[in-house]
Amino acid sequence: MPLETESVSASGAEPGAGSVPGTGPAPASGPAAGGKPPAVTTRTEARERAARNRKLGVLGARVAVLVAFLGLWEVCARTDVIDPFNFSQPSRIWDQIWQWTTHGTAQGSLGEQIGYTLYEALTGWVIGVIGGVLLGIALGRVRFLADVLGPYIKVLNAIPRIVLAPIFLIWFGLGPASKVASAVVLVFFPVFFNAFQGAREVDRNLVANARILGADNRRVTLQVVIPAATTWIFTSLHVSFGFALIGAIVGEYIGATKGLGLLVAAAQGTFNAAGVYAAMTILAVVALLTEGLLTFAEKKLFRWKPADAGDGR
Amino acid sequence: MSNTTPAIELTGATKRFRTPSGALHTAVRDLDLTVAQGEFVAVVGPTGCGKSTTLTLVSGLEEPTEGEVRVYGEPVRGIDPKVGFVFQQDAVFPWRTVLSNVMAGPRFRGVPAAEARDRARDWLARVGLAAFEDRYPHQLSGGMRKRVALAQTFVNDPAILLMDEPFSALDVQTRALMSDQLLELWAGAGSARNAASVVFVTHDLDEAIALADRVVVMTAGPATVKEIFTVDLPRPRTVEAVRLEPRFVELYREIWASLGEEVRITRERGAGRAA
Repeated sequence: MPLETESVSASGAEPGAGSVPGTGPAPASGPAAGGKPPAVTTRTEARERAARNRKLGVLGARVAVLVAFLGLWEVCARTDVIDPFNFSQPSRIWDQIWQWTTHGTAQGSLGEQIGYTLYEALTGWVIGVIGGVLLGIALGRVRFLADVLGPYIKVLNAIPRIVLAPIFLIWFGLGPASKVASAVVLVFFPVFFNAFQGAREVDRNLVANARILGADNRRVTLQVVIPAATTWIFTSLHVSFGFALIGAIVGEYIGATKGLGLLVAAAQGTFNAAGVYAAMTILAVVALLTEGLLTFAEKKLFRWKPADAGDGR
Repeated sequence: MSNTTPAIELTGATKRFRTPSGALHTAVRDLDLTVAQGEFVAVVGPTGCGKSTTLTLVSGLEEPTEGEVRVYGEPVRGIDPKVGFVFQQDAVFPWRTVLSNVMAGPRFRGVPAAEARDRARDWLARVGLAAFEDRYPHQLSGGMRKRVALAQTFVNDPAILLMDEPFSALDVQTRALMSDQLLELWAGAGSARNAASVVFVTHDLDEAIALADRVVVMTAGPATVKEIFTVDLPRPRTVEAVRLEPRFVELYREIWASLGEEVRITRERGAGRAA
Protein backbone atom coordinates (compact mmCIF):
# COMPACT_ATOMS: atom_id res chain seq x y z
CA MET A 1 0.00 0.00 0.00
CA PRO A 2 2.66 2.64 0.87
CA LEU A 3 4.71 1.44 -2.11
CA GLU A 4 1.86 2.31 -4.44
CA THR A 5 1.45 5.85 -3.19
CA GLU A 6 5.21 6.36 -3.46
CA SER A 7 5.46 5.46 -7.11
CA VAL A 8 2.43 7.56 -8.02
CA SER A 9 3.69 10.65 -6.25
CA ALA A 10 7.23 10.21 -7.56
CA SER A 11 6.14 10.10 -11.19
CA GLY A 12 3.82 13.03 -10.60
CA ALA A 13 6.67 15.13 -9.28
CA GLU A 14 8.65 14.81 -12.49
CA PRO A 15 7.59 17.36 -15.09
CA GLY A 16 6.45 15.74 -18.31
CA ALA A 17 5.98 12.26 -16.88
CA GLY A 18 2.39 13.08 -16.06
CA SER A 19 1.54 14.13 -19.61
CA VAL A 20 0.86 10.58 -20.75
CA PRO A 21 -1.35 9.20 -18.01
CA GLY A 22 -2.12 5.50 -17.90
CA THR A 23 0.24 3.91 -20.37
CA GLY A 24 3.57 5.74 -20.36
CA PRO A 25 4.74 6.21 -16.76
CA ALA A 26 4.88 2.59 -15.64
CA PRO A 27 7.83 1.40 -17.78
CA ALA A 28 9.43 4.85 -17.99
CA SER A 29 9.53 5.55 -14.27
CA GLY A 30 10.78 2.05 -13.45
CA PRO A 31 14.49 2.59 -14.13
CA ALA A 32 14.31 6.24 -13.04
CA ALA A 33 12.89 5.27 -9.67
CA GLY A 34 15.52 2.52 -9.43
CA GLY A 35 18.32 5.06 -9.81
CA LYS A 36 17.91 6.87 -6.52
CA PRO A 37 14.63 5.88 -4.97
CA PRO A 38 15.34 6.67 -1.31
CA ALA A 39 15.96 10.42 -1.75
CA VAL A 40 12.96 10.95 -4.03
CA THR A 41 10.59 8.92 -1.87
CA THR A 42 11.44 10.45 1.47
CA ARG A 43 11.41 13.98 0.19
CA THR A 44 8.12 13.60 -1.64
CA GLU A 45 6.68 11.82 1.34
CA ALA A 46 7.81 14.53 3.71
CA ARG A 47 6.34 17.19 1.44
CA GLU A 48 3.07 15.31 1.22
CA ARG A 49 2.92 14.84 4.94
CA ALA A 50 3.58 18.53 5.50
CA ALA A 51 0.78 19.45 3.09
CA ARG A 52 -1.61 17.05 4.85
CA ASN A 53 -0.65 18.41 8.26
CA ARG A 54 -1.23 21.94 7.11
CA LYS A 55 -4.70 21.05 5.84
CA LEU A 56 -5.56 19.39 9.15
CA GLY A 57 -4.20 22.39 11.03
CA VAL A 58 -6.36 24.82 9.08
CA LEU A 59 -9.42 22.65 9.55
CA GLY A 60 -8.75 22.27 13.27
CA ALA A 61 -8.28 26.01 13.75
CA ARG A 62 -11.52 26.69 11.88
CA VAL A 63 -13.49 24.37 14.16
CA ALA A 64 -11.77 25.89 17.20
CA VAL A 65 -12.84 29.41 16.17
CA LEU A 66 -16.47 28.28 15.79
CA VAL A 67 -16.50 26.37 19.09
CA ALA A 68 -14.87 29.28 20.93
CA PHE A 69 -17.37 31.78 19.52
CA LEU A 70 -20.44 29.66 20.28
CA GLY A 71 -19.07 28.63 23.67
CA LEU A 72 -18.35 32.21 24.71
CA TRP A 73 -21.84 33.27 23.58
CA GLU A 74 -23.47 30.42 25.51
CA VAL A 75 -21.45 31.07 28.67
CA CYS A 76 -22.07 34.84 28.55
CA ALA A 77 -25.80 34.24 28.15
CA ARG A 78 -25.97 31.69 30.97
CA THR A 79 -24.02 33.91 33.39
CA ASP A 80 -26.19 36.92 32.43
CA VAL A 81 -23.28 38.93 31.04
CA ILE A 82 -25.56 39.49 28.03
CA ASP A 83 -29.33 39.38 28.21
CA PRO A 84 -30.45 36.02 26.74
CA PHE A 85 -33.91 37.45 26.01
CA ASN A 86 -32.46 39.98 23.54
CA PHE A 87 -29.36 38.17 22.36
CA SER A 88 -30.53 34.57 22.72
CA GLN A 89 -27.98 31.77 23.00
CA PRO A 90 -26.76 28.87 20.80
CA SER A 91 -28.63 26.19 22.77
CA ARG A 92 -31.94 28.02 22.39
CA ILE A 93 -31.34 28.57 18.68
CA TRP A 94 -30.66 24.87 18.30
CA ASP A 95 -33.84 24.06 20.23
CA GLN A 96 -35.77 26.38 17.91
CA ILE A 97 -34.39 24.72 14.77
CA TRP A 98 -35.10 21.31 16.26
CA GLN A 99 -38.67 22.32 17.13
CA TRP A 100 -39.30 23.72 13.65
CA THR A 101 -37.91 20.57 12.08
CA THR A 102 -39.92 18.15 14.19
CA HIS A 103 -43.17 20.05 14.83
CA GLY A 104 -43.20 22.49 11.89
CA THR A 105 -43.65 26.23 12.06
CA ALA A 106 -46.82 28.29 12.53
CA GLN A 107 -47.07 28.58 8.72
CA GLY A 108 -46.51 24.90 7.97
CA SER A 109 -43.52 22.57 7.82
CA LEU A 110 -39.97 23.99 7.75
CA GLY A 111 -39.25 22.26 4.44
CA GLU A 112 -42.17 24.04 2.87
CA GLN A 113 -40.84 27.44 4.00
CA ILE A 114 -37.37 26.67 2.63
CA GLY A 115 -38.92 25.41 -0.59
CA TYR A 116 -40.94 28.58 -1.03
CA THR A 117 -37.99 30.88 -0.50
CA LEU A 118 -35.75 28.81 -2.78
CA TYR A 119 -38.43 28.70 -5.48
CA GLU A 120 -38.82 32.49 -5.41
CA ALA A 121 -35.10 33.15 -5.33
CA LEU A 122 -34.34 30.63 -8.08
CA THR A 123 -37.10 31.88 -10.39
CA GLY A 124 -36.02 35.49 -9.86
CA TRP A 125 -32.40 34.54 -10.37
CA VAL A 126 -33.03 32.68 -13.63
CA ILE A 127 -35.15 35.51 -15.07
CA GLY A 128 -32.65 38.14 -13.92
CA VAL A 129 -29.66 36.23 -15.30
CA ILE A 130 -31.27 35.58 -18.69
CA GLY A 131 -32.35 39.21 -18.99
CA GLY A 132 -28.98 40.52 -17.83
CA VAL A 133 -26.95 38.27 -20.12
CA LEU A 134 -29.10 38.92 -23.21
CA LEU A 135 -29.17 42.68 -22.76
CA GLY A 136 -25.52 42.82 -21.69
CA ILE A 137 -24.31 40.93 -24.76
CA ALA A 138 -26.65 42.89 -27.05
CA LEU A 139 -25.46 46.25 -25.74
CA GLY A 140 -21.86 45.08 -25.73
CA ARG A 141 -22.09 44.10 -29.40
CA VAL A 142 -24.35 46.85 -30.79
CA ARG A 143 -22.88 50.24 -30.14
CA PHE A 144 -26.04 52.11 -31.11
CA LEU A 145 -28.08 50.28 -28.47
CA ALA A 146 -25.43 50.93 -25.82
CA ASP A 147 -25.32 54.65 -26.63
CA VAL A 148 -29.12 54.98 -26.52
CA LEU A 149 -29.90 52.82 -23.48
CA GLY A 150 -26.72 53.41 -21.46
CA PRO A 151 -27.90 56.48 -19.49
CA TYR A 152 -31.25 54.89 -18.60
CA ILE A 153 -29.58 51.80 -17.24
CA LYS A 154 -27.27 53.98 -15.15
CA VAL A 155 -30.27 55.86 -13.72
CA LEU A 156 -32.13 52.63 -12.90
CA ASN A 157 -29.01 51.22 -11.30
CA ALA A 158 -28.73 54.29 -9.09
CA ILE A 159 -32.13 53.55 -7.46
CA PRO A 160 -31.71 51.62 -4.19
CA ARG A 161 -33.57 48.62 -5.51
CA ILE A 162 -34.58 47.16 -2.17
CA VAL A 163 -37.11 50.00 -1.75
CA LEU A 164 -38.91 48.63 -4.80
CA ALA A 165 -40.04 45.62 -2.73
CA PRO A 166 -43.07 47.47 -1.18
CA ILE A 167 -44.12 48.61 -4.68
CA PHE A 168 -43.92 45.05 -5.97
CA LEU A 169 -46.02 43.93 -3.00
CA ILE A 170 -48.72 46.41 -4.03
CA TRP A 171 -48.46 45.39 -7.70
CA PHE A 172 -48.19 41.63 -7.40
CA GLY A 173 -49.76 40.86 -3.99
CA LEU A 174 -48.67 38.61 -1.13
CA GLY A 175 -47.85 35.58 -3.32
CA PRO A 176 -44.47 34.57 -4.76
CA ALA A 177 -44.70 36.97 -7.75
CA SER A 178 -43.73 40.06 -5.72
CA LYS A 179 -40.67 38.26 -4.26
CA VAL A 180 -39.61 37.02 -7.67
CA ALA A 181 -39.79 40.61 -8.92
CA SER A 182 -37.55 41.89 -6.10
CA ALA A 183 -35.07 39.10 -6.80
CA VAL A 184 -35.07 39.92 -10.54
CA VAL A 185 -34.23 43.60 -10.08
CA LEU A 186 -31.45 42.75 -7.65
CA VAL A 187 -29.95 40.08 -9.92
CA PHE A 188 -30.30 41.83 -13.26
CA PHE A 189 -27.83 44.69 -12.79
CA PRO A 190 -24.66 42.92 -11.67
CA VAL A 191 -25.19 40.25 -14.34
CA PHE A 192 -25.93 42.86 -16.99
CA PHE A 193 -22.83 44.94 -16.23
CA ASN A 194 -20.58 41.90 -16.22
CA ALA A 195 -21.99 40.52 -19.47
CA PHE A 196 -21.67 43.96 -21.05
CA GLN A 197 -18.08 44.32 -19.92
CA GLY A 198 -17.30 40.76 -20.99
CA ALA A 199 -18.68 41.37 -24.48
CA ARG A 200 -16.73 44.62 -24.75
CA GLU A 201 -13.42 43.17 -23.62
CA VAL A 202 -13.25 40.20 -25.98
CA ASP A 203 -9.74 39.82 -27.37
CA ARG A 204 -9.71 41.67 -30.70
CA ASN A 205 -7.39 39.05 -32.14
CA LEU A 206 -9.93 36.30 -31.52
CA VAL A 207 -12.65 38.27 -33.27
CA ALA A 208 -10.35 39.12 -36.19
CA ASN A 209 -9.29 35.48 -36.46
CA ALA A 210 -12.89 34.25 -36.47
CA ARG A 211 -13.82 36.75 -39.16
CA ILE A 212 -10.86 35.76 -41.34
CA LEU A 213 -11.74 32.09 -40.89
CA GLY A 214 -15.17 32.91 -42.30
CA ALA A 215 -17.48 33.69 -39.38
CA ASP A 216 -20.32 36.15 -39.96
CA ASN A 217 -21.52 38.58 -37.27
CA ARG A 218 -23.98 36.09 -35.79
CA ARG A 219 -21.30 33.41 -35.49
CA VAL A 220 -18.83 35.88 -33.99
CA THR A 221 -21.40 36.71 -31.31
CA LEU A 222 -22.43 33.13 -30.60
CA GLN A 223 -19.09 31.38 -30.91
CA VAL A 224 -16.54 33.98 -29.87
CA VAL A 225 -18.13 36.78 -27.83
CA ILE A 226 -20.40 34.62 -25.66
CA PRO A 227 -17.79 31.98 -24.75
CA ALA A 228 -15.26 34.71 -24.04
CA ALA A 229 -17.74 36.55 -21.83
CA THR A 230 -18.75 33.47 -19.81
CA THR A 231 -15.87 33.98 -17.40
CA TRP A 232 -17.17 37.45 -16.62
CA ILE A 233 -20.77 36.26 -16.45
CA PHE A 234 -19.97 33.41 -14.08
CA THR A 235 -18.22 35.74 -11.67
CA SER A 236 -21.45 37.68 -11.40
CA LEU A 237 -23.56 34.52 -11.01
CA HIS A 238 -21.97 33.76 -7.65
CA VAL A 239 -22.70 37.20 -6.25
CA SER A 240 -26.11 37.43 -7.84
CA PHE A 241 -27.50 34.24 -6.35
CA GLY A 242 -26.89 35.81 -2.96
CA PHE A 243 -28.78 38.86 -4.19
CA ALA A 244 -31.68 36.72 -5.34
CA LEU A 245 -31.97 35.23 -1.85
CA ILE A 246 -31.88 38.71 -0.35
CA GLY A 247 -34.63 39.84 -2.72
CA ALA A 248 -36.84 36.88 -1.84
CA ILE A 249 -36.27 37.20 1.93
CA VAL A 250 -36.83 40.97 2.03
CA GLY A 251 -39.99 40.53 -0.03
CA GLU A 252 -41.24 37.88 2.37
CA TYR A 253 -40.27 39.96 5.35
CA ILE A 254 -42.42 42.86 4.14
CA GLY A 255 -45.43 40.71 3.49
CA ALA A 256 -46.01 37.07 2.61
CA THR A 257 -47.97 33.95 3.46
CA LYS A 258 -45.03 31.52 3.41
CA GLY A 259 -41.25 31.54 3.43
CA LEU A 260 -38.15 31.96 5.60
CA GLY A 261 -38.46 35.76 5.54
CA LEU A 262 -41.91 35.41 7.05
CA LEU A 263 -40.42 33.20 9.78
CA VAL A 264 -37.98 35.98 10.61
CA ALA A 265 -40.79 38.56 10.64
CA ALA A 266 -43.03 36.35 12.79
CA ALA A 267 -40.24 35.59 15.28
CA GLN A 268 -39.41 39.27 15.52
CA GLY A 269 -43.09 40.09 16.11
CA THR A 270 -43.19 37.76 19.14
CA PHE A 271 -39.79 38.95 20.52
CA ASN A 272 -38.38 35.50 19.76
CA ALA A 273 -34.70 36.33 19.15
CA ALA A 274 -33.82 32.64 18.90
CA GLY A 275 -36.30 32.30 16.02
CA VAL A 276 -34.62 35.12 14.06
CA TYR A 277 -31.20 33.53 14.53
CA ALA A 278 -32.54 30.09 13.68
CA ALA A 279 -34.00 31.34 10.40
CA MET A 280 -30.70 33.09 9.64
CA THR A 281 -28.76 29.90 10.26
CA ILE A 282 -31.01 27.91 7.94
CA LEU A 283 -30.62 30.60 5.27
CA ALA A 284 -26.86 30.52 5.54
CA VAL A 285 -26.80 26.74 5.06
CA VAL A 286 -29.11 26.98 2.04
CA ALA A 287 -26.96 29.73 0.49
CA LEU A 288 -23.76 27.74 1.02
CA LEU A 289 -25.25 24.62 -0.56
CA THR A 290 -26.39 26.47 -3.69
CA GLU A 291 -23.01 28.19 -3.92
CA GLY A 292 -21.39 24.75 -3.86
CA LEU A 293 -23.62 23.57 -6.70
CA LEU A 294 -22.70 26.64 -8.74
CA THR A 295 -18.98 26.07 -8.24
CA PHE A 296 -19.43 22.47 -9.34
CA ALA A 297 -21.22 23.58 -12.54
CA GLU A 298 -18.51 26.15 -13.19
CA LYS A 299 -15.76 23.55 -12.96
CA LYS A 300 -17.55 21.41 -15.54
CA LEU A 301 -18.03 24.36 -17.86
CA PHE A 302 -14.52 25.79 -17.67
CA ARG A 303 -12.46 22.72 -18.41
CA TRP A 304 -10.72 24.74 -21.12
CA LYS A 305 -9.18 27.13 -18.61
CA PRO A 306 -5.80 26.61 -16.98
CA ALA A 307 -6.37 25.36 -13.43
CA ASP A 308 -4.52 28.16 -11.66
CA ALA A 309 -6.43 30.94 -13.39
CA GLY A 310 -9.66 29.84 -11.74
CA ASP A 311 -8.36 30.50 -8.24
CA GLY A 312 -8.04 34.23 -8.67
CA ARG A 313 -11.62 34.89 -7.60
CA MET B 1 -8.31 35.46 -63.66
CA SER B 2 -5.35 34.26 -65.68
CA ASN B 3 -2.09 33.05 -64.21
CA THR B 4 -0.43 36.39 -64.83
CA THR B 5 -2.93 38.37 -62.72
CA PRO B 6 -1.05 39.43 -59.60
CA ALA B 7 -2.35 37.81 -56.42
CA ILE B 8 -2.04 41.05 -54.49
CA GLU B 9 -1.78 44.55 -55.83
CA LEU B 10 -1.54 47.66 -53.67
CA THR B 11 -1.56 50.97 -55.54
CA GLY B 12 -1.05 54.23 -53.69
CA ALA B 13 -2.54 52.67 -50.55
CA THR B 14 -2.66 55.05 -47.60
CA LYS B 15 -4.11 54.35 -44.15
CA ARG B 16 -4.73 57.00 -41.53
CA PHE B 17 -6.01 56.36 -38.02
CA ARG B 18 -7.48 58.71 -35.50
CA THR B 19 -5.48 58.21 -32.31
CA PRO B 20 -7.27 58.26 -28.94
CA SER B 21 -5.95 61.80 -28.36
CA GLY B 22 -7.69 62.91 -31.56
CA ALA B 23 -4.61 63.41 -33.72
CA LEU B 24 -4.42 61.89 -37.19
CA HIS B 25 -1.77 59.20 -37.51
CA THR B 26 -0.60 57.97 -40.90
CA ALA B 27 0.41 54.33 -40.63
CA VAL B 28 0.91 53.58 -44.33
CA ARG B 29 1.63 56.18 -47.00
CA ASP B 30 1.36 55.82 -50.74
CA LEU B 31 2.31 52.15 -50.79
CA ASP B 32 2.80 50.30 -54.08
CA LEU B 33 3.40 46.57 -53.93
CA THR B 34 2.64 43.66 -56.21
CA VAL B 35 2.81 40.01 -55.22
CA ALA B 36 2.67 37.41 -57.98
CA GLN B 37 0.71 34.16 -57.69
CA GLY B 38 2.62 31.59 -55.70
CA GLU B 39 5.24 34.07 -54.61
CA PHE B 40 6.65 34.27 -51.09
CA VAL B 41 7.31 37.87 -50.09
CA ALA B 42 8.80 38.88 -46.76
CA VAL B 43 8.30 42.41 -45.48
CA VAL B 44 10.87 43.84 -43.10
CA GLY B 45 11.00 47.25 -41.54
CA PRO B 46 11.61 49.08 -38.29
CA THR B 47 9.31 48.39 -35.32
CA GLY B 48 5.92 50.05 -35.49
CA CYS B 49 6.39 51.33 -39.03
CA GLY B 50 3.05 50.04 -40.32
CA LYS B 51 3.92 46.58 -41.63
CA SER B 52 0.97 44.99 -39.84
CA THR B 53 -1.40 47.65 -41.15
CA THR B 54 -0.41 46.67 -44.68
CA LEU B 55 -1.57 43.12 -43.94
CA THR B 56 -4.90 44.21 -42.46
CA LEU B 57 -5.51 46.23 -45.66
CA VAL B 58 -4.95 43.16 -47.83
CA SER B 59 -7.08 40.95 -45.57
CA GLY B 60 -10.03 43.32 -45.69
CA LEU B 61 -10.10 43.75 -41.91
CA GLU B 62 -9.40 47.45 -42.59
CA GLU B 63 -10.10 49.64 -45.62
CA PRO B 64 -7.47 51.95 -47.07
CA THR B 65 -8.11 55.68 -46.59
CA GLU B 66 -6.82 56.32 -50.09
CA GLY B 67 -5.56 54.21 -52.95
CA GLU B 68 -6.62 50.72 -53.88
CA VAL B 69 -6.02 47.13 -52.80
CA ARG B 70 -6.75 44.35 -55.27
CA VAL B 71 -6.75 40.60 -54.73
CA TYR B 72 -6.67 38.57 -57.94
CA GLY B 73 -7.64 41.72 -59.82
CA GLU B 74 -10.72 42.37 -57.69
CA PRO B 75 -10.83 45.37 -55.33
CA VAL B 76 -10.97 44.22 -51.70
CA ARG B 77 -14.41 44.77 -50.15
CA GLY B 78 -14.61 43.16 -46.75
CA ILE B 79 -12.96 39.89 -45.90
CA ASP B 80 -12.08 37.73 -48.89
CA PRO B 81 -12.57 33.97 -48.40
CA LYS B 82 -9.34 33.38 -50.37
CA VAL B 83 -7.33 34.97 -47.56
CA GLY B 84 -5.73 33.23 -44.58
CA PHE B 85 -4.16 35.17 -41.72
CA VAL B 86 -1.74 33.98 -39.04
CA PHE B 87 -1.58 36.46 -36.18
CA GLN B 88 1.36 37.52 -34.06
CA GLN B 89 -0.43 36.81 -30.78
CA ASP B 90 -2.24 33.63 -29.90
CA ALA B 91 -5.55 33.75 -31.70
CA VAL B 92 -6.71 30.15 -31.30
CA PHE B 93 -9.96 29.86 -29.36
CA PRO B 94 -9.06 28.83 -25.80
CA TRP B 95 -12.46 27.22 -25.11
CA ARG B 96 -12.25 24.88 -28.10
CA THR B 97 -10.16 21.73 -28.28
CA VAL B 98 -7.35 21.53 -30.82
CA LEU B 99 -9.51 19.59 -33.28
CA SER B 100 -12.45 21.93 -32.85
CA ASN B 101 -10.14 24.91 -33.41
CA VAL B 102 -8.94 23.54 -36.72
CA MET B 103 -12.51 22.64 -37.70
CA ALA B 104 -13.67 26.20 -37.00
CA GLY B 105 -12.82 27.64 -40.42
CA PRO B 106 -14.59 25.01 -42.55
CA ARG B 107 -17.54 24.99 -40.13
CA PHE B 108 -17.86 28.79 -40.34
CA ARG B 109 -17.90 28.39 -44.11
CA GLY B 110 -20.72 25.87 -44.04
CA VAL B 111 -18.79 22.62 -44.56
CA PRO B 112 -20.64 19.64 -42.97
CA ALA B 113 -19.20 18.55 -39.62
CA ALA B 114 -17.96 15.13 -40.76
CA GLU B 115 -16.06 16.53 -43.73
CA ALA B 116 -14.66 19.39 -41.65
CA ARG B 117 -13.44 16.87 -39.08
CA ASP B 118 -11.69 14.81 -41.74
CA ARG B 119 -9.97 17.85 -43.20
CA ALA B 120 -8.98 19.10 -39.75
CA ARG B 121 -7.53 15.69 -38.80
CA ASP B 122 -5.56 15.65 -42.05
CA TRP B 123 -3.98 19.03 -41.28
CA LEU B 124 -3.35 18.17 -37.65
CA ALA B 125 -1.43 15.13 -38.85
CA ARG B 126 0.60 17.30 -41.22
CA VAL B 127 1.64 19.66 -38.41
CA GLY B 128 2.37 16.68 -36.16
CA LEU B 129 -0.41 17.24 -33.64
CA ALA B 130 -2.64 14.24 -34.41
CA ALA B 131 -2.19 12.90 -30.87
CA PHE B 132 -3.24 16.19 -29.30
CA GLU B 133 -6.63 16.76 -30.91
CA ASP B 134 -8.53 16.54 -27.60
CA ARG B 135 -6.31 18.97 -25.73
CA TYR B 136 -7.21 22.55 -24.95
CA PRO B 137 -4.79 25.26 -26.11
CA HIS B 138 -3.62 26.09 -22.57
CA GLN B 139 -2.33 22.51 -22.28
CA LEU B 140 0.05 23.01 -25.23
CA SER B 141 3.40 24.75 -25.55
CA GLY B 142 3.73 28.01 -27.47
CA GLY B 143 5.17 26.24 -30.51
CA MET B 144 2.35 23.69 -30.53
CA ARG B 145 -0.27 26.44 -30.31
CA LYS B 146 1.37 28.11 -33.29
CA ARG B 147 1.12 24.83 -35.20
CA VAL B 148 -2.58 24.71 -34.34
CA ALA B 149 -2.87 28.24 -35.74
CA LEU B 150 -1.09 27.14 -38.94
CA ALA B 151 -3.38 24.11 -39.35
CA GLN B 152 -6.39 26.32 -38.61
CA THR B 153 -5.34 28.65 -41.43
CA PHE B 154 -4.19 26.05 -43.96
CA VAL B 155 -7.33 23.94 -43.59
CA ASN B 156 -9.26 26.71 -45.36
CA ASP B 157 -6.90 26.26 -48.32
CA PRO B 158 -6.11 29.98 -48.70
CA ALA B 159 -4.78 31.26 -52.02
CA ILE B 160 -3.29 34.19 -50.14
CA LEU B 161 -1.51 33.69 -46.86
CA LEU B 162 -0.82 36.71 -44.67
CA MET B 163 1.48 36.22 -41.72
CA ASP B 164 2.10 38.91 -39.14
CA GLU B 165 5.32 38.10 -37.26
CA PRO B 166 3.84 34.67 -36.58
CA PHE B 167 6.89 33.18 -34.87
CA SER B 168 8.16 36.22 -32.97
CA ALA B 169 6.91 34.93 -29.62
CA LEU B 170 8.77 31.61 -29.93
CA ASP B 171 12.25 30.72 -28.80
CA VAL B 172 15.04 30.56 -31.39
CA GLN B 173 15.13 26.77 -31.92
CA THR B 174 11.35 26.45 -32.17
CA ARG B 175 11.37 29.32 -34.63
CA ALA B 176 13.78 27.61 -36.99
CA LEU B 177 11.71 24.41 -36.83
CA MET B 178 8.50 26.31 -37.47
CA SER B 179 10.03 28.15 -40.43
CA ASP B 180 11.03 24.83 -42.00
CA GLN B 181 7.60 23.43 -41.33
CA LEU B 182 5.99 26.49 -42.90
CA LEU B 183 8.07 26.05 -46.07
CA GLU B 184 7.08 22.39 -46.19
CA LEU B 185 3.38 23.10 -45.73
CA TRP B 186 3.52 25.91 -48.24
CA ALA B 187 5.10 23.69 -50.89
CA GLY B 188 2.92 20.67 -49.99
CA ALA B 189 -0.39 22.51 -49.97
CA GLY B 190 -0.02 23.32 -53.63
CA SER B 191 -0.58 19.77 -54.85
CA ALA B 192 -4.08 20.61 -56.09
CA ARG B 193 -3.15 23.94 -57.66
CA ASN B 194 -0.43 26.55 -57.40
CA ALA B 195 1.11 27.25 -54.02
CA ALA B 196 -0.37 30.10 -52.00
CA SER B 197 1.00 33.62 -52.31
CA VAL B 198 2.53 34.59 -49.00
CA VAL B 199 3.16 37.95 -47.41
CA PHE B 200 5.27 37.36 -44.33
CA VAL B 201 5.87 40.33 -42.04
CA THR B 202 8.84 40.00 -39.72
CA HIS B 203 11.50 42.07 -37.98
CA ASP B 204 13.99 39.22 -38.28
CA LEU B 205 16.09 39.62 -41.42
CA ASP B 206 17.49 36.06 -41.14
CA GLU B 207 13.99 34.65 -41.20
CA ALA B 208 12.99 36.91 -44.11
CA ILE B 209 15.86 35.88 -46.37
CA ALA B 210 15.62 32.19 -45.49
CA LEU B 211 11.92 32.02 -46.36
CA ALA B 212 11.22 34.49 -49.14
CA ASP B 213 11.53 34.91 -52.89
CA ARG B 214 11.65 38.66 -52.44
CA VAL B 215 12.36 40.82 -49.41
CA VAL B 216 10.60 44.19 -49.21
CA VAL B 217 12.28 46.80 -47.04
CA MET B 218 9.89 49.39 -45.59
CA THR B 219 10.81 52.93 -44.57
CA ALA B 220 10.45 54.27 -41.05
CA GLY B 221 6.75 55.02 -40.42
CA PRO B 222 4.56 56.02 -42.19
CA ALA B 223 5.44 52.90 -44.10
CA THR B 224 6.12 52.85 -47.78
CA VAL B 225 8.30 50.59 -49.90
CA LYS B 226 11.95 51.60 -49.80
CA GLU B 227 13.66 48.85 -51.74
CA ILE B 228 12.92 45.33 -52.95
CA PHE B 229 15.55 42.58 -53.02
CA THR B 230 15.25 39.31 -54.92
CA VAL B 231 16.48 36.29 -52.98
CA ASP B 232 18.07 34.01 -55.57
CA LEU B 233 18.75 31.09 -53.24
CA PRO B 234 17.66 27.70 -54.58
CA ARG B 235 14.66 25.84 -53.15
CA PRO B 236 13.87 23.62 -51.32
CA ARG B 237 15.63 25.35 -48.44
CA THR B 238 16.08 24.53 -44.81
CA VAL B 239 16.63 27.47 -42.53
CA GLU B 240 19.73 26.21 -40.74
CA ALA B 241 21.52 25.16 -43.95
CA VAL B 242 20.70 28.17 -46.08
CA ARG B 243 22.02 30.51 -43.40
CA LEU B 244 25.55 29.23 -43.97
CA GLU B 245 25.65 29.87 -47.72
CA PRO B 246 27.91 32.71 -48.90
CA ARG B 247 25.10 34.16 -51.03
CA PHE B 248 22.89 34.37 -47.92
CA VAL B 249 25.52 36.37 -46.07
CA GLU B 250 25.98 38.64 -49.07
CA LEU B 251 22.24 39.28 -49.30
CA TYR B 252 22.06 39.87 -45.58
CA ARG B 253 24.75 42.54 -45.81
CA GLU B 254 23.05 44.25 -48.77
CA ILE B 255 19.59 44.30 -47.22
CA TRP B 256 20.82 45.28 -43.80
CA ALA B 257 22.58 48.31 -45.32
CA SER B 258 19.18 49.46 -46.53
CA LEU B 259 17.15 48.42 -43.47
CA GLY B 260 19.67 49.60 -40.88
CA GLU B 261 19.29 53.19 -41.98
CA GLU B 262 15.52 53.10 -41.40
CA VAL B 263 15.97 51.41 -38.05
CA ARG B 264 18.36 54.20 -37.05
CA ILE B 265 15.85 56.88 -38.11
CA THR B 266 13.12 55.21 -36.05
CA ARG B 267 15.37 54.95 -33.03
CA GLU B 268 16.43 58.60 -33.24
CA ARG B 269 12.79 59.66 -33.51
CA GLY B 270 11.95 57.60 -30.46
CA ALA B 271 14.82 59.20 -28.56
CA GLY B 272 13.67 62.65 -29.70
CA ARG B 273 10.15 61.93 -28.50
CA ALA B 274 11.39 60.66 -25.17
CA ALA B 275 13.56 63.75 -24.58
